[in-house]
Amino acid sequence: MRRPSAPLFLARDVYRKRRLRDAARLVPILGMFLLILPVFWSHKAQTAGADWVYVLAIWAGLIGLAALLAPGLSQPEPGGESGAGTDRTPGQITEKQAL
Amino acid sequence: MPFNILVLTCLAYVVFLFLVAFVVERRALRGGFRFLRSPVIYTLSLSIYCTAWTFYGAVGYAARSGLEFLTIYLGPTLVFVGWWWVLRKLVRIGRQQRVTSIADLISSRFGKSNLLGVLVTIIAVVASTPYIALQLQSISLSFGVFASDTPTGWALPNRDATALWVAVGLAAFTILFGTRTLDAKEQHHGIVTAIAVEAVVKLVALLAVGIFVVWGLAGGPVAMLDKIAAFADPAHNPNWALQPGRWGGLIFLSAAAVICLPRMFQVMVVECVDEGHLARASWAFPLYLFLISLFILPIAVMGMELMPADTNPDMLVLTLPLAQGQGGLAMLAFLGGFSSATSMVIVETIALATMLSNHVVMPLWLWARPAAALSGDLRGGVLMARRVSIVAVLALGLGYFRLSGGSTALAAIGLIAFVGMAQVLPALIGGIFWRGATKTGAAAGLATGFSVWAYTLFLPSFGLDGAMPAQLFQTGAFGISWLRPQALFGTTGMDPLLHSILWSLALNVAAFCAGSIVSFPGPVERVQGAAFVNAFDAEAQANRLGWGQGRAEPEALLNMAQRIMGQDTAISFFETQATAQGKAGFLPDLTPDFLAELERRLAGSVGAATAHAMIGQVFGTTTVTVEDLMAVANEAAQIKEYSTQLEQQQDQLSRTARQFREVNEKLTQLSVQKDAFLSQISHELRTPMTSISAFSEILTETPLPADKVADYGRIIHVEATRLTRLLDDLLDLSVLENGTVQLTLSHANLAQMLDLALAAAAQVRPDRVFDVQRNAASEAIFLRTDADRLVQVFINLISNARKYCDAQVPVLRFAVRQKGGKVVIDFIDNGAGIAKDSQGIVFEKFARLTDQSRAGGAGLGLAICREVMSNLGGTVTYLPGQKGGAFRVMLPLRLEKQML
Repeated sequence: MRRPSAPLFLARDVYRKRRLRDAARLVPILGMFLLILPVFWSHKAQTAGADWVYVLAIWAGLIGLAALLAPGLSQPEPGGESGAGTDRTPGQITEKQAL
Repeated sequence: MPFNILVLTCLAYVVFLFLVAFVVERRALRGGFRFLRSPVIYTLSLSIYCTAWTFYGAVGYAARSGLEFLTIYLGPTLVFVGWWWVLRKLVRIGRQQRVTSIADLISSRFGKSNLLGVLVTIIAVVASTPYIALQLQSISLSFGVFASDTPTGWALPNRDATALWVAVGLAAFTILFGTRTLDAKEQHHGIVTAIAVEAVVKLVALLAVGIFVVWGLAGGPVAMLDKIAAFADPAHNPNWALQPGRWGGLIFLSAAAVICLPRMFQVMVVECVDEGHLARASWAFPLYLFLISLFILPIAVMGMELMPADTNPDMLVLTLPLAQGQGGLAMLAFLGGFSSATSMVIVETIALATMLSNHVVMPLWLWARPAAALSGDLRGGVLMARRVSIVAVLALGLGYFRLSGGSTALAAIGLIAFVGMAQVLPALIGGIFWRGATKTGAAAGLATGFSVWAYTLFLPSFGLDGAMPAQLFQTGAFGISWLRPQALFGTTGMDPLLHSILWSLALNVAAFCAGSIVSFPGPVERVQGAAFVNAFDAEAQANRLGWGQGRAEPEALLNMAQRIMGQDTAISFFETQATAQGKAGFLPDLTPDFLAELERRLAGSVGAATAHAMIGQVFGTTTVTVEDLMAVANEAAQIKEYSTQLEQQQDQLSRTARQFREVNEKLTQLSVQKDAFLSQISHELRTPMTSISAFSEILTETPLPADKVADYGRIIHVEATRLTRLLDDLLDLSVLENGTVQLTLSHANLAQMLDLALAAAAQVRPDRVFDVQRNAASEAIFLRTDADRLVQVFINLISNARKYCDAQVPVLRFAVRQKGGKVVIDFIDNGAGIAKDSQGIVFEKFARLTDQSRAGGAGLGLAICREVMSNLGGTVTYLPGQKGGAFRVMLPLRLEKQML
């Protein structure tokens, strides 16, 4: 559904929205990495409690990050993610077409 | 705490839940949706993930294996904070396709295949039955905890009876609120709200116990951390070490489960009233999980420290407060556990019953009674099937509980169910992200994964000699050591759970991909595949075409409303709404308020579900399904065919009309010609008749001298001759025109005929002397024709030349040629000829170019010539461009009868 008239660059606010979505996609990857990390630590008796606190802290951090991103993501998207827009104005084309 | 008070509290709590569900259901029916549409309710209903397994089992799990219990909540956390990847698409597709269960989603993605629906249903029922049994077990265990403590009061009925009564109560609740109406979207507001209430209860209960443990028993967070560290000493507790494989594997498994579990799918996708809620739930649900699991480790550690060694760690949440003399807290914990178990059973039962009735019972019923499908209203049948399925699912759970004896640790059953349901994941994810995924692939993947899971995990879970002979574990199926259930392909030394996850999912994915690649999807499958994978694109497309949300025309709504509410009511309602919005006219803007109000009005007439579905059809984000499209295409094809027929008919009609018009014009022309002819002929007849009657009158009335009488008599004779000649001509013409003329064919010499004609024509204006130029050689032709008639034509033409040639020295030339079986004879004089615009009419009857006196004929000569020639198979035409008057006669050399 590429349209020949699609511009190459986007307005600032649409650009920010696209990057917000990128961030939302990256959050679980970051979380996965941080949560797998304790596996590689050497486990001693004293660290069990610290492991627990570490996991809880990462967990809380992920929740906070998601809460930070959610309001921006839940707004109806101008231009839309891969075309899921409601109102299209020139210059707000899908991200497949312009970044 | 007396047991009877516990039972009474429990009953009061159940009654309260019934009331909540009942009131909400009533409000939902009346259209009071606002309260239900809050993201808080959605998030709380998601907590169905935390069952009795979480509430009781997680503590036991923590007591046995340390931090590993956290994996069960970390997986869902990752899925929810990463909602932009999968969940968003799943919910969107669920709403677009009006999905009613995970089996429905899979079946619908792969071309509405009921085979896949049945497969997923079987997997779900087999995987969930032990899980439901687990919930019943936890309730009866928790009752047992209280009963054993209190010898006074009511006696505890035996374990099985408790489970039975709980199951009966749950069946009643589920049937009452789960099959009240047949909602188009399978949404159950009453149940969802009751579950949200239960979610709050279980969270509060666990937090209360946790706070009591940390601050009341351990002496604060810092002391707690020390105790955990001490307890986790590997020398003292070797199981607590983090196992890397299980840690990663279980995070993945729980992430898969939160998407695939029937009850999670039910609340997350099916019961979702607004996609926006997912954004809120993306952090709120992980927060709920975080809070739920926050105190599990402290409770486990303190419990193991304070309680006797033989205590069941799965019941620590109850036994610890009880042992500390905190009866109220224990009661709260009991209610929390009760809530966890009941809410899970209710939603799981609804989800499974929907699948069972839609994919198994109804198809069977319709197969057995095909007439029912035609009779139209299936609602009664569907609801009955739903109720039967609910009872069946609960009976299965109860049966499993009785058979298994409720012995195994709670957590084990939960994980086994997780692995079972995770088999749906490849088909699900592949289905929504890969257009190449096909039904064959999905069926192959599901069947393979399910079999491997059953062989490596589910059947072995019944114990060494339970479902499989112990010998099988040693030697493998058919004595092949590579087929040992817990060491497939020689992977010995692996954790059995991890082993099963690895092999079932690996073989599942392999079969799914291979099957998809080699097979070819059917048309519905391909359309559905495109709709699922491009769920967002499709909507953008619809928006561009003006079908999307916000583009619905108010007229369309008014039209619909009129049909339901009646014209006057609908119009006045729309007008009022428009006025309220400050607009003139009958069409208000489509604001949410207006739509909600309209839906409420419509619901009064046709019921809430129908009204919502109707508004959704006109306005909402529900997308037209392939079936709808096919029906529409079918209708369109019929209409098109019909219109093509109409078009053809119309073409034919207009063709006929054109023909009629032409015929009519011809008729009109003929009528005009006839009138002209009649008036002409009466004139021609009248002129001589007038002379004759006038002179004959004079002759009869007055005595006249003889010479006068002779004069008058001669005039009368001349006029009478003219009349006779005119009548002869007319008769001749009529005979010729009608084609009834009799031709006498003979061989005749052209030169002789011309001689004859010249001699005859000499009588006309005998005073004039013509120089006749002839070529004797060219005239020496014998013709086979009607000689008399042809001579008549020649006489006519020569007479005309004699009459009209105005040259001083008139010359008449005959030119004869032969042209391919035809003879051409030109009669050319050196007069002025005929003016160009008159050339066309000289052959018409009564056509006379000059005044009558000069011509002295009726003007029928050339008309007769033309008719004669056409009877002789030839033509006579005026020949322009010969420096004088010229006529060309053309006729065949040999006239045959059949040529006429």
